[in-house]
Amino acid sequence: MNKFSWYQASSVEEALKAVNSTVSESLTAKPGTGAVFKSGGIDVLDLMKEGLLQPEMIVNIREIPGLDSIEDTADGGLKIGANATLAEMMENEKIKQNYQALYQSLNHAATPQLRNMASLGGNLAQRTRCWYFRSIDHQCFRKGGSTCFAKNGMNEFHSILKNGMCSSVHSSSISTALMAFDAKVEITGSKGKQRLVDLDDFFILPGDDPSRENILRSDELIAAVILPKISSDTKSIYKKQGARESYDWALADVAIVADVKSGKCSKATMALGAAAPVPLRIQYAADMLVNEKIDENIAKEVAEAAMERATPLEHNAYKVPLFKALIKRSVLQLA
Amino acid sequence: MKKKKLTLPHGIPGHNLSQIDREVHIDEPPAWPINDKLQHVGKRVKRNDAEAKVTGNAKYTSDMQLPGMLIGRMLRSPYPHAKIRSVNTEKAENYPGVYAIHVFSRAFGMAQPADNDKENQFPEIKYAGQPIAGVAARDAETAEEALKLIEIDYETFPFVVTVEDALKPEAPLVFTTNVEQEDKGGGGGGAKGLKTQGNLRGPNTASFYGGPRGDLEKGFSEADVVLENTYRTQVHTHCPLETHGVVVDWKPDFVTIYASSQNTTSVRNEFAEVFDLPMSKVRVITEYMGGGFGAKHALGNFGVMAGHLSKKSGRPVKLMLDRKEEHISAGNRPNSIHVLKVGAKKDGKLTALQQKSHGTAGVGLGAGVGRIAQAMYECPNFSTEQYDVFTHAGPGAAWRAPGNVQGAFALEQLMDELAEKLDIDPLDLRDVIDKSEIRKVERLRGAEKFDWKRRNKPGSDKGPVKKGIGMAQSHWPRITGINASVEVRAFRDGAVEVRSAVQDIGTGTKTILAQVVAEELGLKPEDITIRIGDTLFPDAPGSGGSQVTGSITPPARNAAYKLKMQLLEQVAEGWELEAEELDVADQKIFAKNDPSKSIAFKEALGNMRTGQLLTSASRSDDYGGFMVGKSISYGELGSVQFAEVTVDTETGYVKVDRIVAVHSCGRPLNITQLESQINGGVIQGISYALYEYRVMDKNTGHQMNANLDMYKVPFAFEVPEIETVLVEEYSARSSTDAFGIGEPANIATAAAVANAVYNATGVRFYEAPITPKRVLEALNNL
Ligand SMILES: Cc1cc2nc3c(=O)[nH]c(=O)nc-3n(C[C@H](O)[C@H](O)[C@H](O)COP(=O)(O)OP(=O)(O)OC[C@H]3O[C@@H](n4cnc5c(N)ncnc54)[C@H](O)[C@@H]3O)c2cc1C
Repeated sequence: MNKFSWYQASSVEEALKAVNSTVSESLTAKPGTGAVFKSGGIDVLDLMKEGLLQPEMIVNIREIPGLDSIEDTADGGLKIGANATLAEMMENEKIKQNYQALYQSLNHAATPQLRNMASLGGNLAQRTRCWYFRSIDHQCFRKGGSTCFAKNGMNEFHSILKNGMCSSVHSSSISTALMAFDAKVEITGSKGKQRLVDLDDFFILPGDDPSRENILRSDELIAAVILPKISSDTKSIYKKQGARESYDWALADVAIVADVKSGKCSKATMALGAAAPVPLRIQYAADMLVNEKIDENIAKEVAEAAMERATPLEHNAYKVPLFKALIKRSVLQLA
Repeated sequence: MKKKKLTLPHGIPGHNLSQIDREVHIDEPPAWPINDKLQHVGKRVKRNDAEAKVTGNAKYTSDMQLPGMLIGRMLRSPYPHAKIRSVNTEKAENYPGVYAIHVFSRAFGMAQPADNDKENQFPEIKYAGQPIAGVAARDAETAEEALKLIEIDYETFPFVVTVEDALKPEAPLVFTTNVEQEDKGGGGGGAKGLKTQGNLRGPNTASFYGGPRGDLEKGFSEADVVLENTYRTQVHTHCPLETHGVVVDWKPDFVTIYASSQNTTSVRNEFAEVFDLPMSKVRVITEYMGGGFGAKHALGNFGVMAGHLSKKSGRPVKLMLDRKEEHISAGNRPNSIHVLKVGAKKDGKLTALQQKSHGTAGVGLGAGVGRIAQAMYECPNFSTEQYDVFTHAGPGAAWRAPGNVQGAFALEQLMDELAEKLDIDPLDLRDVIDKSEIRKVERLRGAEKFDWKRRNKPGSDKGPVKKGIGMAQSHWPRITGINASVEVRAFRDGAVEVRSAVQDIGTGTKTILAQVVAEELGLKPEDITIRIGDTLFPDAPGSGGSQVTGSITPPARNAAYKLKMQLLEQVAEGWELEAEELDVADQKIFAKNDPSKSIAFKEALGNMRTGQLLTSASRSDDYGGFMVGKSISYGELGSVQFAEVTVDTETGYVKVDRIVAVHSCGRPLNITQLESQINGGVIQGISYALYEYRVMDKNTGHQMNANLDMYKVPFAFEVPEIETVLVEEYSARSSTDAFGIGEPANIATAAAVANAVYNATGVRFYEAPITPKRVLEALNNL
């Protein structure tokens, strides 16, 4: 790990003044340059230890007062500050009661120790765990190189959808659930300029710019994630399968949020994780549930439809039946 | 040799226990009765280092801090196959905080050309991660910065990392001449004198049990049923909690090495050889050891490097591998592609067994499928051909029952298939083909505990989540090292100390030595101070081959017995009796026929002629002799394991719910520690069956999962309920009649799990690990 300086930000303004690079930009910049944000530091440290990230300065936003608050919004939703840790989110009664799929995604993410450190903002902005991306010896598309090593390499943990250019998967399984809840991301720019974007628009595909996985610019900070109000009929399901039962990244994960009354669905959203380079909403498949009674048939149909555009690689065709199984079981659990 | 006759317990209590007479050396102690008549041996004695370990007071090699100590790091090749044209270390040497740099002129820890010891200036690079140079600096960060400043001019060549590719006619060659790899103290190496053709070396056709036997063709022609399948296992890396590493403190007249090692004696010998020093000037210390499963016997290239760096800098140098280095360069269990063919009669009797295997130990030797197919079942016609296939990958090493775990995965699945084909229960089939009395008892006791009777037809559970049960057996030889010596010292204040170079790698050697010596002296285990893991004390074998308990406890008992007799003589003199008329118990010495004559052991030591009593003993030959040479004892360390699994056929996830592991190891010495060993072996076996595998990128030659994130070791949820059953077995072979268990614990598990998965799903998995990917591929015909 290289030497770096440390800046302790005590406000968002200070932080934005000090920062001059996203971690993604810094990966392709000259070593020893750039000032980047760090909250829990899990991903920042991992990238530094591998020698991929060599910033000049770490801007610690961890101690900024108020950035970790979890509050009700005026219209009955929930606003979660970017510095809230995954563990703090799990302790929030509203998340536990109303946003069960999110709670489940938290419960299945990482380890208790990691969840104590991991922030929501850092979770959204973390980089992919693709083993080629994480290797100093592999200069891939995402790091300014000219190839995707996974495409014709070892790709069993890689994407089966939207994998034309780079076949990594996004690593945030929290986002699978957040997306199904139609979450929005509140971003603060320089001079305090705020913008609110749909989580779907927060993530970007490699085809748009392989060097990054989200829209954040170097002078922007995630302030919060906003969850809309749910109705009394809302049910939410999250399922994840890893290679292990103890902590593990998802081989596949699924979140479905639906309004269901007397076994009949009136509205549904679905998102898949570890399927594509971004957390992926599969709305056309979710829409098939609308006005349907939840049963084995519709569950299978939705699962089939969700996978109908899959383009698996040499080693990851197994993900197709795996996703189908998780989707089918999630749908059935809505009943 | 002056001899006497001993009458010793023989057989299995509760089954066929009897007695046997053996002629033994006159100095051997009297026979111990079976365990239930002993005070400390065979009991659940608490580890004598438990407190030091849980409080963090135990200092491991990686904890060592010496005054002026430097940190060493190594520069490794980013290319899997290259020639080094030049190395320029000038900039690194001038980097502030750097004290020494060394560039290797020889490769260590891999196979070497047999007929060509010409030293090149730089060894050829044969795998990505091969160490080239090292730096010692004031801290790790400085050392790593300095490594970046070393300039190397490489000429790169094509490479190959899979067995299949390496066997193609046009494959790049790893070695161009015949090669050999010495077994460094039990940590690997391969059969000697075999020819290399292309990337293929072998076949190895024999083991210490002999070569091929009978007439295969005849055997298969006599068979009613012939089955043949190809089984595949993965490369399995080593993930001990403490990585490989040393601290070398080179003083002008004496070198001290702290080593995270399974073999203090062999590390000393190798260091002395490499640096041309007398063995008396090298001291190796392994007081506490953070885990070793076969790969930590040799000095290793890191040890050689630390030696050079300490010699050059005149300071102690600590060089511990990081996790990535541990995965890519510190040894692994080679993979196997194993074709196994069996012929059998309708009643199950085997008529022929033919085995052919290919596997890669990368740039090392020792890929094979062991002796289990050769030794476990009665079969008159047998042959084996085991090939090493070289690839541009890190070297293999021993890994808990090397070869036999791979071998068992195939053999025990094939027996399961044979039983089904013949419509015989798998346990009944073993009753026909397995002549081992101990495994017969293990099968009986295990089947009852496990409730084997409930086994259903394969795939009979309705619904997508299916349960299944399976079993498998193991064989492991009783390996004994006679270069095993112990000293016992007693002090005037009553203290008793045991000293040997033997290391305790977490298996509990310290505790069993205390138990054995306490038993002999009539003291308590906690009264005995154990000083081991230091080559200033007498030589001892490495912790490999499951040989330590069987090798070191007899001399420990014999040395204690000698000391006892010397003390008894002095006491007897005062009482005007003979030493033979006295005995010890409960910290006392007493006259056997006169209860009024008694003295505390401690007091007797207080009265002795000298300030200390000092005795030593080396491992005697086995009572009744050895089976092979002076290294393989009669009998075996067999086991039978039962597994219960749940398979989710829609997600492909396999969960092991329960294991019943039935084992024997002669006379059990410490029940708790034996259970710990079995638990560990079972967990590693489950992991081998379901989780761990090395991922090599065929296009770039790198291991992609060289960390503990993507290399999936088991955690708490992956550990099932494990029940152990220990079967006592007396064979009257030494003064303790005890043997080890480390490796046997690991052999049968993966096969038992695979058989249970078959029983659950009705689909046979021929390749480990059985991941969700493999299950879904098989069930969906992908
Ligand atoms: C072993 C392991 C297992 C894991 N398993 C899972 C899992 O199952 N599911 C899952 O979702 N995640 C998992 N993670 C990922 C983990 O949750 C994230 O690494 C963590 O949430 C990152 O948060 P942090 O606060 O530590 O981020 P940091 O490392 O501090 O930052 C990460 C990135 O976010 C940026 N950043 C941080 N905060 C902000 C902000 N407010 N505004 C703008 N940029 C910001 C940083 O600059 C950096 O680029 C796992 C991680 C590990 C190591």
